[in-house]
Amino acid sequence: MSNELTLDKPSATPATGEPLLQLSGVKKHFPVMDGLLFKRQVGAVHAVDGIDLDVHANESVGLVGESGCGKSTLGRVVTRLLEPTDGKLTYAGQDITHASRKQLAPIRSEIQMIFQDPYSSLNPRHTVGAIIGAPMEINGINPKGGVQNRVQELLETVGLNPEHYNRFPHEFSGGQRQRIGVARALSLSPKLIVADEPVSALDVSIQAQVVNLLQQLQKDLGIAFLFIAHDLSIVRHFSQRVAVMYLGKIVEIADRKSLYESPRHPYTHALLSAVPEADPDDVRERIRLVGDVPSPINPPTGCRFRTRCWKAQDKCATEEPPLVQLSGNLDGHLTACHFPEDGSTAVPEPRAAKEL
Amino acid sequence: MTNPTKAPEADELGTADTLAPTDAASAPVFRGLSPGKLMWRRFLRDRTGVVSAAIVLLFILIAVCAPLISMIYGKDPGTHYGQEDVTLLTDSGLPTGPNGGISADFWFGVEPGLGRDVFMQLIYGMRTSLFIAFLTSVLTTALGVMIGIAAGYLGGKIDYFIGRVIDILMSFPSQIFLIATMPIVVSLLVASNESQPVWLPFVSVTIVLTLLGWMGLARILRATTLSLREREFIEAAKVTGASPLRIIFKELLPNLWTPILVQSTLALPAFVTAEAGLSYLGVGVGEPTPDWGRMIALAADYLRTDVTFLLFPGLAMVLFVLAFNLLGDSVRDAFDPKTKR
Ligand SMILES: Nc1ncnc2c1ncn2[C@@H]1O[C@H](COP(=O)(O)OP(=O)(O)O)[C@@H](O)[C@H]1O
Ligand code: SF4
Ligand SMILES: [Mg+2]
Repeated sequence: MSNELTLDKPSATPATGEPLLQLSGVKKHFPVMDGLLFKRQVGAVHAVDGIDLDVHANESVGLVGESGCGKSTLGRVVTRLLEPTDGKLTYAGQDITHASRKQLAPIRSEIQMIFQDPYSSLNPRHTVGAIIGAPMEINGINPKGGVQNRVQELLETVGLNPEHYNRFPHEFSGGQRQRIGVARALSLSPKLIVADEPVSALDVSIQAQVVNLLQQLQKDLGIAFLFIAHDLSIVRHFSQRVAVMYLGKIVEIADRKSLYESPRHPYTHALLSAVPEADPDDVRERIRLVGDVPSPINPPTGCRFRTRCWKAQDKCATEEPPLVQLSGNLDGHLTACHFPEDGSTAVPEPRAAKEL
Repeated sequence: MTNPTKAPEADELGTADTLAPTDAASAPVFRGLSPGKLMWRRFLRDRTGVVSAAIVLLFILIAVCAPLISMIYGKDPGTHYGQEDVTLLTDSGLPTGPNGGISADFWFGVEPGLGRDVFMQLIYGMRTSLFIAFLTSVLTTALGVMIGIAAGYLGGKIDYFIGRVIDILMSFPSQIFLIATMPIVVSLLVASNESQPVWLPFVSVTIVLTLLGWMGLARILRATTLSLREREFIEAAKVTGASPLRIIFKELLPNLWTPILVQSTLALPAFVTAEAGLSYLGVGVGEPTPDWGRMIALAADYLRTDVTFLLFPGLAMVLFVLAFNLLGDSVRDAFDPKTKR
């Protein structure tokens, strides 16, 4: 089934040179074991099931989808916390699909991660200084002026008081902890940061502050981002390109403008209509998705969205829609749907997102 | 890195991120207080814990200073005073004086039969008990930490194997197993035709208690490690390229001190009783080394005629074990205030 995908290999960018990160047909399956005494594999969670995606230097790509669709797993594959089951992962021209810890060492400093839960991502027994300094220590980096100096510089960069380097995580609020996590990710001057829902655990009022910080950093330091989020509102202002994911697959990927103004995939429509809207004059239709996300152990045949799709027809059950550029779409706007929505259903920019 | 601009001023606006703008001034009390220091403070506020700690320390001090006390007191645990001075014991071997022969010379009385000094026997017996219990605690802790972390961190087949071994060892009734293992360990250490050296009972009792004492801690650490392993700070360390050893020692271990400390403080009094139990049953430390368990066993024979003889070792042991257990509870409460009983 992935043959169809490889036919239309998405070159989903106004590409300039070789991409920094390149995923082709990447899969990550988790075995499901059963049996009392002798465990044997009875199935697999198809968490990530054939993803093609490029991230260029300096670029921010948003990855959006409901919870459980495999975003975090994909993020962990990119940072090589997990080893892909299949496919190929290339960083700066180097195949790192199955690279060992030692082989990864030189790349470790270039790909960093910001985690979802600021309460579990900082070791409660370490001071902030130790947390931010550890990556430098591990990689044997001796910055000019010493590690502590660099730590304080980073604290200032993320908007924290540099004097607080010897405090412990429990003395900080959620937003501040997330800033500490950002400082740790920055400490190795990475080229690519995978941010796994960096603000969804935070209070709504703080989310904007942290997103602004990340945006500022991206602009100033030229770091490429793979920004994972579960709704489209946060990504809107952060990412130049947005990929929409459903049950381990990318169903639509496009430039921000193209995706928000002329979304083609029904699922993208549903996600867009779910963006909170404060404007009472807003007359756009609300799409309420019915039913649950199917189990990734037994994903539906054909199009995975068909169990919840209002446009589904027989063809959707038998034939998997390839991720291709539909007629009338801009370059790099790829959609995987047999019966796409008509792209003119522009969705007005929601107010909530405007404030971000 | 090119001139990092200062972060957006959003935090200065405050909003719900309360600590943000007032950080510097808001909580001077908590400045730089490590989790360890916070625990220490909580512990000091717990009166039972402090009193128990004082009692435990006193016992340890006495045990350590036993030779010094013996010098000042002017007696030693080995001499059979009752046979040197025939007025101390009656013909049937009982102390002549009232209350088991308590006097200015013999503070805790005289031992029936051999006529040794009870006070000295008690203090030196404590040395035996504490020495074995401490050694066993250290060894079981080391063993439990290594095995527990290995099982929890490595998981998979190793975890499964260790889990079954623990299940098997824990399914035996421990006292019977201890008694059954003692002769095996002894015969492994010395050939049966050789004379038994002085260190033998110490070593064999320690080995047997260690073999059967590490499982509790290992189990707890396995479970804790298993849940810590899923925490994102472990992944954060991996992303920066940390080695497994660094992750275990720098990331996991600092978070395991609580269960380690609590478990070993609770295990030590258990080893004191277990050691005494072995001696009581006649398979532990033998003559001439003074020992609480054997004192109690001997005193049981004189229960009708000389209660005092049982009183001192009995009370000393109850007091010590109780104080140490209460101390263990207080340590646990100080570390984890949420699980208050
Ligand atoms: N280590 C794992 N073992 C087994 N299943 C997993 C594991 N990690 C994630 N999964 C499963 O993979 C799917 C995708 O999870 P995840 O990537 O966390 O989704 P998201 O981040 O989009 O919410 C889920 O069904 C989840 O249960
Ligand atoms: S392919 Fe069919 S089921 Fe899938 S999204 Fe398109 S219309 Fe819906
Ligand atoms: Mg997730």
